[in-house]
Amino acid sequence: MSQPEKAFVEVENLRVSFPGPTGPTEAVRGVSFKMGRERLGIVGESGSGKSVTGRSLMRLLTPRAQVTADKLMVAGHDISRASEAEVRALRGRKIGLILQDPKFSLNPVKTVGQLIGETWRVHHGGNAKDARAAVMELLAQVQIRDPNRVVDAYPHELSGGMGQRIMIALMLAPGPELLIADEPTSALDASVQTEVLRLLDNLVTSRGMGLILISHDLPLVSRFCDRVLVMYAGRVVEQLAARDLANAKHPYTRGLLNCLPRLTRKTDRLPVLTRDPAWIDGGAA
Amino acid sequence: MMISLKELEVDFGPVKAVRGVSFDVPEGASFGLVGESGSGKTTVLRVLGGAIKPTRGTIDIAGRPLTPDKAFYRSLQMVFQDPYGSLHPRQTIDRILSEPLLVHGIDDHEKRIARALDEVALPSMMRFRYPHQLSGGQRQRVAIARALMVEPRIMLLDEPTSALDVSVQAEILNLLQDLRKRRNLTYVLVSHNLPVVAHLCDRLAVMQQGQIVEILDNDALRARRATHPHTRQLIELSLDLEEATTV
Repeated sequence: MSQPEKAFVEVENLRVSFPGPTGPTEAVRGVSFKMGRERLGIVGESGSGKSVTGRSLMRLLTPRAQVTADKLMVAGHDISRASEAEVRALRGRKIGLILQDPKFSLNPVKTVGQLIGETWRVHHGGNAKDARAAVMELLAQVQIRDPNRVVDAYPHELSGGMGQRIMIALMLAPGPELLIADEPTSALDASVQTEVLRLLDNLVTSRGMGLILISHDLPLVSRFCDRVLVMYAGRVVEQLAARDLANAKHPYTRGLLNCLPRLTRKTDRLPVLTRDPAWIDGGAA
Repeated sequence: MMISLKELEVDFGPVKAVRGVSFDVPEGASFGLVGESGSGKTTVLRVLGGAIKPTRGTIDIAGRPLTPDKAFYRSLQMVFQDPYGSLHPRQTIDRILSEPLLVHGIDDHEKRIARALDEVALPSMMRFRYPHQLSGGQRQRVAIARALMVEPRIMLLDEPTSALDVSVQAEILNLLQDLRKRRNLTYVLVSHNLPVVAHLCDRLAVMQQGQIVEILDNDALRARRATHPHTRQLIELSLDLEEATTV
């Protein structure tokens, strides 16, 4: 795995905590990583801090969240010190975010053409006709089979897989350099899941973008990423090339892989994960 | 046969959601329904649960035609996908588990609730908590305990682990496996996750556009003796992901 010379994202000692009635909860506790124009997976269970890490890169957390980092550089901008206007200029234009469920993330009262066209015009200018042409081009890129129908459809008229393609088109409209996809296919069927990820993969590669794929699904992530960070209790416990996943060292990573039911292994009982308290402090590697 | 479905058809207005579905499940067996969204698998499950009236076809439960009376609803219980949505947020676990007993006029709540919690491996102190104080896995255990309260013979499981982390999924699948053996329960499991179905079920039906395209047993599935292209495609997808991650 070639470590990129010029890192597009550089995170050092990222910490995020949320205030609560019984004191602050630390969601991310000292995460560091670097990435270039590659495909990076962040994997972990609920509460591991993977989504919070992703959102910190776009400063999308609630203002109550306390975010500190020795370094939080994205596309040459220091997110921890940038003004709100500066960050706003980055969102969409340089960094796109794809969310889990198109049902809840697309404006239900706008047609696909309006949604994508509006975004495109905000970033590229141009008139309605140019926008329409750009929308059709984007719909073709995300492999919508009948763009003429879909362009005038409302989100509720689309299937889950199509909705997710629209969300991808929407995020591609400004031409970002990095896409953060947070559980982009968890709401989809197995076969549609692979289709959408394959599409995402092709687009990221052909446009030379970086991709951060955040998911609880270790096999799926490793299939579509170059490198994987495994998070547990707010820390990265293991970092490895996706193709080396089968040789993971950390007992947590191994445990996660082990407890999956498999077609190639018939057992009466599945192995369960026994959590070692030492993992919380990043030990037992 | 515990469950016997013959030529089941369900129409929703002009939409034919289920078209000519037939299968049998013997007592104590576990039967899986696999398919994509819109294939009709959940509709079949809801018909079995008495929530949807079939348009045509016959359903026999334990040798008698399905009649939606109290005895029927006691003989069969359902566990849903989302443990967040399926428990009443303002009721304690104690209250949630009492409900089916009240509905069916069963007494001895104290002992039955304690036993149910024990059976799903929840500590007794959970009894007076609210759902929001529990993790996703614990909530799913409560949902399973609630289903067990009326001592059903059949459990209908609708994607019971797809909202859970894989480590919790393994625990819930083991629990379901144990319960089936201990109580000789009959399961019908709906899932789009083929390995989950393969783990829990002796036989499974693959559905597509409202029809069963193939019924095969566990060994045939694992030995890749599936004949229908859709089944083969689902198997290939699962194997592709397994390949990369075999420890």
